[in-house]
Amino acid sequence: MDFFESLFTPDIGWAVFGGVLIGASASLLLVSVGKIAGISGTLFGALKINPNNLWRWVFLFGMIAGGFIAHQLFGISVPEFDTDNSWLIAVGGLLVGAGTTIANGCTSGHGICGLSRRSPRSLAATLTFMSAGIIAYYVFNHLLRGFV
Amino acid sequence: MKTFSIVYALFAGILFGAGLVTSGMTDVTKIKGFLDVFGDWDISLMFVMIGALAVAAVSFPLILKREKPMDGDKFDVPTNTKISAPLVYGSILFGAGWALVGLCPGPAVTSLFYGHWQIWLFFVFMIAGHFIAKFIQKA
Repeated sequence: MDFFESLFTPDIGWAVFGGVLIGASASLLLVSVGKIAGISGTLFGALKINPNNLWRWVFLFGMIAGGFIAHQLFGISVPEFDTDNSWLIAVGGLLVGAGTTIANGCTSGHGICGLSRRSPRSLAATLTFMSAGIIAYYVFNHLLRGFV
Repeated sequence: MKTFSIVYALFAGILFGAGLVTSGMTDVTKIKGFLDVFGDWDISLMFVMIGALAVAAVSFPLILKREKPMDGDKFDVPTNTKISAPLVYGSILFGAGWALVGLCPGPAVTSLFYGHWQIWLFFVFMIAGHFIAKFIQKA
């Protein structure tokens, strides 16, 4: 299917709808408790056991519950995981964990909340991780064929 | 932080997780498809961001005009505006890891209940990566 045909698939509708829910979530968290819905920050912050961090645990639990509810409500089937390569998964995890820690944010923190705040740091971060992801994918899957 | 905060945080979390699932963001194949710009490009993630920003980019400036949040004493938002080297190389590392597996923190958390051992493996190593980075930063 070419690019223009793909624009009109039902997938795009679901993508926008899901995106709106995410935007609404971030807006709610900000207006209610004044926090940024950045998942790396929320998760890593939750690792510090402190009563002030209860909201993080509750939010994270909510994410799992919300995912479950969405699957049930919309009849969406659980996607398959496409690799059994433990080394790949472990290295990927290390890079994501370290990278988001050093950059102080991820796709939600920088890409959604940071951009919405018109943060120059978040713009730089978002452009960088998007480019890095696209280039890395090309290198891993098209240059280093058979690596994955 | 008052008691009702927990209810807000829970509801916000539910919206977030539901958003990730309905948008297809917990599907690693879809995420990697978005990064496969030079191959079989799946543009969907762009529309997730458009949907999210359509709401958040409009609401955030309005919300931040308030003196304080509904259920807190102040807004807890970053004040740093400088683009630093760690921001850039951290983002590069993150992007590379994202391309390898197709998971970033949000989907990694939400899809824990899927029962795929790979997601738990990723999650554990993501936490490990965090602690390694923190250790190196302190050194």
